[in-house]
Amino acid sequence: MNIVLRLAWRNIWRQPRRTWLTTGAMVFSNILLVFMISLQFGMYGLMINNTLQVFSGHMQVQAPGYVDDAKMRQVVDDVQPLAAHLREALGSDTVAARARAFALASSEDRTYGIAIYGVEPRHEPRVSNLPGLVEHGRYLQDDDAYEIVIGSVLARNLQVATGDELTLLGSGVDGSFAAAVVVVAGIFESGVKDIDRNIAQMPLTAFQDMFYMNGAGHQVVILAPSLADAPELQARVEALVGADDGLVVQDWDALQPGLRQAIQADMSSAFFMYGILVVLVAFSVLNTQLMSVLERTHEFGVVMALGMKPGLLGRIVLLESALMGLLGFVLGVIAGTALTAWLSVRGFTMPGMDEMAAQFNLPARIYPPVTLLSVAIGPFVVFVFTLLASVYPAWRLRRLHPVEAMRVN
Amino acid sequence: MTAVRCIDICKTYTQGDVDIKALDHLSIEIEKGEFVCLMSPSGGGKTTLLNAIGGLDIPDSGEVWVGGQRIDQMSKGELAELRLANIGFVFQAYNLIPVLTARENVEFVMQVQGVRPAERHVKSMVLLEEVGLEGLEDRLPAEMSGGQQQRVAVARAIVSRPELVLADEPTANLDSHTAADLMELFVQLNEHHQTTFVIATHDQGVMRYAKRLVRMRDGRIVDDVQQNAA
Repeated sequence: MNIVLRLAWRNIWRQPRRTWLTTGAMVFSNILLVFMISLQFGMYGLMINNTLQVFSGHMQVQAPGYVDDAKMRQVVDDVQPLAAHLREALGSDTVAARARAFALASSEDRTYGIAIYGVEPRHEPRVSNLPGLVEHGRYLQDDDAYEIVIGSVLARNLQVATGDELTLLGSGVDGSFAAAVVVVAGIFESGVKDIDRNIAQMPLTAFQDMFYMNGAGHQVVILAPSLADAPELQARVEALVGADDGLVVQDWDALQPGLRQAIQADMSSAFFMYGILVVLVAFSVLNTQLMSVLERTHEFGVVMALGMKPGLLGRIVLLESALMGLLGFVLGVIAGTALTAWLSVRGFTMPGMDEMAAQFNLPARIYPPVTLLSVAIGPFVVFVFTLLASVYPAWRLRRLHPVEAMRVN
Repeated sequence: MTAVRCIDICKTYTQGDVDIKALDHLSIEIEKGEFVCLMSPSGGGKTTLLNAIGGLDIPDSGEVWVGGQRIDQMSKGELAELRLANIGFVFQAYNLIPVLTARENVEFVMQVQGVRPAERHVKSMVLLEEVGLEGLEDRLPAEMSGGQQQRVAVARAIVSRPELVLADEPTANLDSHTAADLMELFVQLNEHHQTTFVIATHDQGVMRYAKRLVRMRDGRIVDDVQQNAA
């Protein structure tokens, strides 16, 4: 072993209790970081997937500008043949056509403004959880039936049940008056109040007929097998759709900008807390190394008298911190990964999680996934800050004079 | 050939409000291969002179030349390189690195010099045997007597064959028998390798080994005589 490395290693064990206390702080913070970051990343993945699976899908083919304005006339022509073409070309059945309009929905006594989606009853259950969330009645069946499924909050507001009729009033794609009477086929309960209050679905063919769509729609919704597969799938869809068709493919980030913002806000506050934890560990290392350097001032004077340059002395101090940091990194990662791996099988919950889970479409029990990134990123930052914390003690050595140093006992 | 030349050097320390002249217009010339003892009462300036010769301390005025190079104007880095290549130090308190074994302490200087591991190992083992520490090479300083530690310190000082060895009260913490053994070792190294020795001491027993005795008082040389060593 290199004698400088050996010297650094033995130096850190001169005061084993102090070294273990410092390393212990690193190990503890690394375990915490591995677990918390894994849990956090896992929750974000679930939040994204669950939210996208409820309705918007991982991506949508739309007319340009529709994602911002959502005007009725910004249509995708022949939307059902396009969806069928994509299903065939991608070899996937998680593709469905939709159209959307705003209308007034009236029961006998009440009227509410809602967003109505025209959907393909056969394909919609492949891209959305909503059909599976019907609590009363049934989901849509016939492509051209004048029937509708509504959310539980809207049903309560309108005071209707399955089998009741609703009158819909809106504007067609050409600006003309559009109206229809539909039968409530089912009532869904997604748990998300906005969806349960404002959204209704009816068969696409009936929708096109009511709103004079002439075969057009507004979206082709595509669900990827997982979030990780979405970018590659999007590239394939873009190649299939082609710019010549005057259509664009919007990813989940464009479709659900609020989701990313919510994640970023949560991440900012969490990383602020992690930052405080890392800084505390760094100060612990700084304290240890400063004490260690001060204790060895006489010895440093001697080795400088023997011909060692202050720069090399500084490198030894940095190496000592690096070795402590490495020890904390390895032990912290092993223990943190073991804990997280155990919880990834057994699951994890905490008081108040049910409420948060319902808000973000999450299960009440989280299974934090172990990934290389979530395991390594926190401990790596702790390691870097450990090194940075020892820069000052190492730098102090540059100002040391051998004679003055050797006078220190 | 001149190993050390000091020309009119002065060094003043301030203690509280009092200025203490540690070296007062001192000049001395030491030839290569000499065995010189600097002798003075405590505070006479011998350690300050050793520090100035070793480049550990810079005089306020005057010139210091070692091995033909003027060192009082060198940078910290240049002085470190000079000490590493040309000067060996032996201290009163041994000053071994406590976490390294006897052999590793001796190898340490060579490691800093960039000597290859195999060569380091052979040289350190040979030298430890030469100073009578065969079989003790794997002991830590705390596991050795004062005399043994000082022998390791001597081995460390001479392992890279420096032209000049500076020793500050090397026998102060040793019993008379061990001190005599150490001085015999110095004489042997001086005679075999033509290494120049400058030893600061107030030990009468050490002085009888010196070929040249320099007496100092208040930072000045008051007597400088050649003598027949023991």
